[in-house]
Amino acid sequence: MINFLLFPILITFVTGMLLIFFQKNIYVQRTVSLISLGAATICAFFVMLKVQLEGIQSVTFGNWPVPYGITMVADGVSTLLVFTSLLLTFFITWYSFGSIGKAREHFFYYPGIMFILTGINGAFTTGDIFNMFVFFEVLLMSSYLLIVLGGEKKQLRESIQYLLVNIISSALFVITVAYLYSVIGTLSMADISVKIAEINQPGIITTIAVLFLMVFGLKAAIFPLYFWLPSSYSAPPIPVLALFGALLTKVGVYAIMRTYTLFFVHDIAFTHQLLLVFAVLTIVAGCIGALAHFDVKQIIIYNIVIAVGVILFGVAQMNFAALEGAMFYLIHDMLIKAALFMLVGIIIYITGTSDLRKMGGLMKKYPSLGWFYLIAAFGLAGIPPLSGFVGKLLIVQGGFAAGNTWSSIFILASSLIVLLSVIRIFLYAFWGEEGQTVQIHQKTYKQLYYPTVILVILSIAYGVGAEWITPFMDGAARVLTDPSIYVDAVMKGAQP
Amino acid sequence: MEIIMAFVCGFLFMAAIYLILSRSLLRIIIGTGLLSHGAHLLILTMGGLGGSAPPVLAEGVTDFADPIPQALILTAIVIAFGVTAFILVLAYRAYQELQTDDTTAMKGSATDD
Repeated sequence: MINFLLFPILITFVTGMLLIFFQKNIYVQRTVSLISLGAATICAFFVMLKVQLEGIQSVTFGNWPVPYGITMVADGVSTLLVFTSLLLTFFITWYSFGSIGKAREHFFYYPGIMFILTGINGAFTTGDIFNMFVFFEVLLMSSYLLIVLGGEKKQLRESIQYLLVNIISSALFVITVAYLYSVIGTLSMADISVKIAEINQPGIITTIAVLFLMVFGLKAAIFPLYFWLPSSYSAPPIPVLALFGALLTKVGVYAIMRTYTLFFVHDIAFTHQLLLVFAVLTIVAGCIGALAHFDVKQIIIYNIVIAVGVILFGVAQMNFAALEGAMFYLIHDMLIKAALFMLVGIIIYITGTSDLRKMGGLMKKYPSLGWFYLIAAFGLAGIPPLSGFVGKLLIVQGGFAAGNTWSSIFILASSLIVLLSVIRIFLYAFWGEEGQTVQIHQKTYKQLYYPTVILVILSIAYGVGAEWITPFMDGAARVLTDPSIYVDAVMKGAQP
Repeated sequence: MEIIMAFVCGFLFMAAIYLILSRSLLRIIIGTGLLSHGAHLLILTMGGLGGSAPPVLAEGVTDFADPIPQALILTAIVIAFGVTAFILVLAYRAYQELQTDDTTAMKGSATDD
């Protein structure tokens, strides 16, 4: 079936539309969204296997030849990301049964999740630059809904800022696409890659590359464009925060990865050096923020910024090892960030506060939660058998191979700060004197606990089973290092 | 012609940025409106302003305007329209709840949530 790669997008989209009709029936909303997320995850898994076995899959709508129609492309990179984001959302949705509250569930919370996934998966899968803009808007519109849903004072305040930043970055995206169109005269990503290679990237294309870095950097929160992220992400409730933290910035990272490995590969000395400098500065900014705060949410939020810096450092090296490491680290970071936000959410739920200084002594009552948190924290920092290790190892290896010795050493050193920032939560919340706790409902606690623990176990499996995952990552990294694989597959797919 | 349009777009961007940097929320929203106007005009200009006929299939017409930028603009306009409607309602709700439209006064302290 040639349209099989569209299933993960279509299933969530259709479900989102159907759920609008059952606004008040929470039971239907919950079951239908879980079932369809499960089905979409299974489809995404089979698409991933198909891509691994048969090579890049692509479909151009309406049977038009390639540069004239909109192409959807499933290669190693995008299928991995689509599969991971669906899998994560399955657990986050399960988690939100216990934590989001009836009032929000009545007002299109689940359709919001379905549409945000449509946008995210569409942005991962599309092969057309303007279509990517449209999918960005789909996911942004749903994120506006999710960030403001509930209408608390804090949410209203922060969502205005979030909307404004994204409106400006969307306008910049449109402007950049307009410049690119006037120089290249095409919108299909494969065709753009070919045409840029033909004219050998003159100065104007390098300018457009920097503009793209600004546009996607605003989404991905790189230094100095990350200023909106900490305050905006602290506003929405925990499951929405987990969804945003795990998925939204990663779409920006993916877009930078795609454009900087497919389009702008002829003036690496300038563009990728710039990316490297910004990546290092992003890590510095994130580290400062992660150490400065006593608020558990803020600590993990600044860890998002650090991880974005590490992944982009891998992309900036432009060699096989670093790109494979970047893919490993990207998937790891999506898994572990979702798990950490969910764990932190449980801690906030138990203690009734997000201030570290008011917590303490949770280990006596909740030992298993404490140990799972410790495992997740070690995984984030990259302790060997766990998930963060392989990615960072390969990124640093690629950094040394590319001759960036000092910045690679810096990446290693930043792991220590990451570890310190998350271990602080463990020490403050789980050891020490008994702090404040609130009376909690045992059933709700279980509803929060199970999806979180399964996600942590998955992240352990991701680290321990790296051997089995490596072929997929190899496939992804091959596409990233050699644009001609992507271009050939898409152009060939056009011939009937 | 393209040069004049470039100046017009530049002026729109300038006005938009000035308005977005002001304190009143409504002025900021007017700024985003101007920003999207500038972006849409820029797509039209960047597609080239050549072509004497509209891109409609008719007898004997060979020199027509580039249809792609027009389709792109149409898409971008409805998206900008949806987002603007959302932010206007959001600003209205924020005014009801927070009793101010001054963005510096909106910050508040961390304790009054």
